[in-house]
Amino acid sequence: MTAAIEMVDVLDEPKAIEGRRPFSLAVRRLRKDKVAMVSLVVIVLIVLMAVLAPVFAAVTGHPPNEQYRDIGLTPDGLPRGPNGTFWLGTDDLGRDILVRIAYGARISLLVGVLATAITVVIGVVLGLAAGFLGGITDTVLARLIDVVLSVPFLLVAIALVSVTGPSLTVTVLVIGCFSWASVARIVRGQVLSLREREFVEAARSLGAGDRRIMFVDVLPNVIAPVIVYTTLLIPVVIVTQATLSFLGLGLPPPTPDWGGMISESQNYYTTAWWFILFPGLALLVTTLAFNLFGDGVRDAFDPRADRT
Amino acid sequence: MAMFLIRRIGHGILVLWLISVAVFALFFVAPSNVAQTLAGRQGTPETIALIKHRLGLDLPVWQQYLHFLGNAVKGNLGYDYYHQVPVTHIIGQALPITVSLALGAAVLWLALGVFNGVISATHPRSLADRGLTLFALFFYSFPSFLLGLLLLYFLYFRLTLSGFGWFPAGGYAPLTGGIGPWFQHLLLPWVALALLLAATYTRLTRGSMLDVLGEDYIRTARSKGIRESRVVVVHGLRSALTPVVTQFGIDLGQLIGGVVVIETVFSLPGLGQTAVVAINQQDLPVIIGIVLFASAAVVVSNILVDIGYAVLDPRVRLH
Repeated sequence: MTAAIEMVDVLDEPKAIEGRRPFSLAVRRLRKDKVAMVSLVVIVLIVLMAVLAPVFAAVTGHPPNEQYRDIGLTPDGLPRGPNGTFWLGTDDLGRDILVRIAYGARISLLVGVLATAITVVIGVVLGLAAGFLGGITDTVLARLIDVVLSVPFLLVAIALVSVTGPSLTVTVLVIGCFSWASVARIVRGQVLSLREREFVEAARSLGAGDRRIMFVDVLPNVIAPVIVYTTLLIPVVIVTQATLSFLGLGLPPPTPDWGGMISESQNYYTTAWWFILFPGLALLVTTLAFNLFGDGVRDAFDPRADRT
Repeated sequence: MAMFLIRRIGHGILVLWLISVAVFALFFVAPSNVAQTLAGRQGTPETIALIKHRLGLDLPVWQQYLHFLGNAVKGNLGYDYYHQVPVTHIIGQALPITVSLALGAAVLWLALGVFNGVISATHPRSLADRGLTLFALFFYSFPSFLLGLLLLYFLYFRLTLSGFGWFPAGGYAPLTGGIGPWFQHLLLPWVALALLLAATYTRLTRGSMLDVLGEDYIRTARSKGIRESRVVVVHGLRSALTPVVTQFGIDLGQLIGGVVVIETVFSLPGLGQTAVVAINQQDLPVIIGIVLFASAAVVVSNILVDIGYAVLDPRVRLH
């Protein structure tokens, strides 16, 4: 009896492995990547910090924008270093840096995710359309991609934000509307070769229309490079947002955000190292975690890249 | 080749024209108060109207644009609103600074990136490979302003406090004032920019070197008894550098158009910083001029990259 059951097990097993889809294979590879997993844990911790920002405020008893000009500043009016009341010290207005970092994480992650989502959606749709439809659509879109890729992005972003006035929506839209071109170029390139394949012909002979073939048949085949690009795009977007804030075009004060905090700390870095160190560390750890994780995702989805 | 060049240049001009329209539209859709600023607080409506007339701001947008375009074709990008200096002159003043910054940094990041990439590729999966990859990703993750500020903190502020005033706090010293001060003022910005960009080159060199070292002709070279260092550098690196050259052209083109953040942090009055100042003052002719110049730098470098590609790799044919 037992022997028969074991036989069945042995017979069943290869079938189960054969059935794995490329996506779940990639996830398996990713889970074995220690660096990527540690980075993922760090990312989860940062997300938790952002979600639980009010808890930081409650535990320390310091709201993010409350200025403690008496206990939070030295008699000379300078920021106070880390101590029992202010664990990571205070800024130039006597505000609690720890609480502001926790609230700042919300801005960075929100912009990072939203702007990346816009970028990827626009990029994938336009890239698909250009590559699949060809003809005049492709000519126009390809020129548009060239234009966006040739524009000095940061300069135009600064110009746009200075014209419209800084706000979260503007930051997200500016980043999203100027980053899609590289996604579109990748997708277009892939689709150009995919559309000549038999399964597209098969779908068409079954009576499927352009839109159905594009989104149901072709899109799943370009999803892997898009996932890789997306994970690597998030840290870039976070840095761009922080850069805009640093240049004074982030969110209007007193909203706490990391780039703005670092910018405010510039006049104090000779006297108050904690003022630049902790927001700087928060930003660096976040981008590093996303980059290391993205690197792992790339290796997992394209294992050839790392093989000799 | 000639047809290819003509087509690419045609595309380039089209791209630049579209960008000029877009930037022009952007600033005219937005409310502008340049005339108000120039007139000062005491400015009467008559003064403001006069200033608007003098700057041509009272004309319809499309007339202003045609006027601009007509001059631009003749090489005149207009005059700045505040001091009536030709925009081409402003660009000419800022350009040497940005070029000094970009080229110096390029030497550093190429050396660093290619060297690390070769070490990684010749010792794949070793401790050195992992260490160098981590080093590259670490600096790649750095926001440029943070890296700049940290370099200033440790290498300017801390060192100067300890009595070693080797590095200035920022600013630019032109080459005409001697190579020493020029070098001293640019060293920190160079290092910052090079560290930020080297990662891309480490990865590119590593990947393409790994591909090349797996080729048959490398095995042939080895079996002929050629020294390993010669195989790697002469046979391997030469053909592995093609993607590096491509990326280099693209990066350099973008940097020549202005290195906004590093120039701001190190107070270098190059194109990037000049543009930021112009944006804050709503000095439209300067903004458009620099944006167009920067875009042209990217367009030209892309064409050069394509040509360089064909020169380096005889298998590539341009048509």
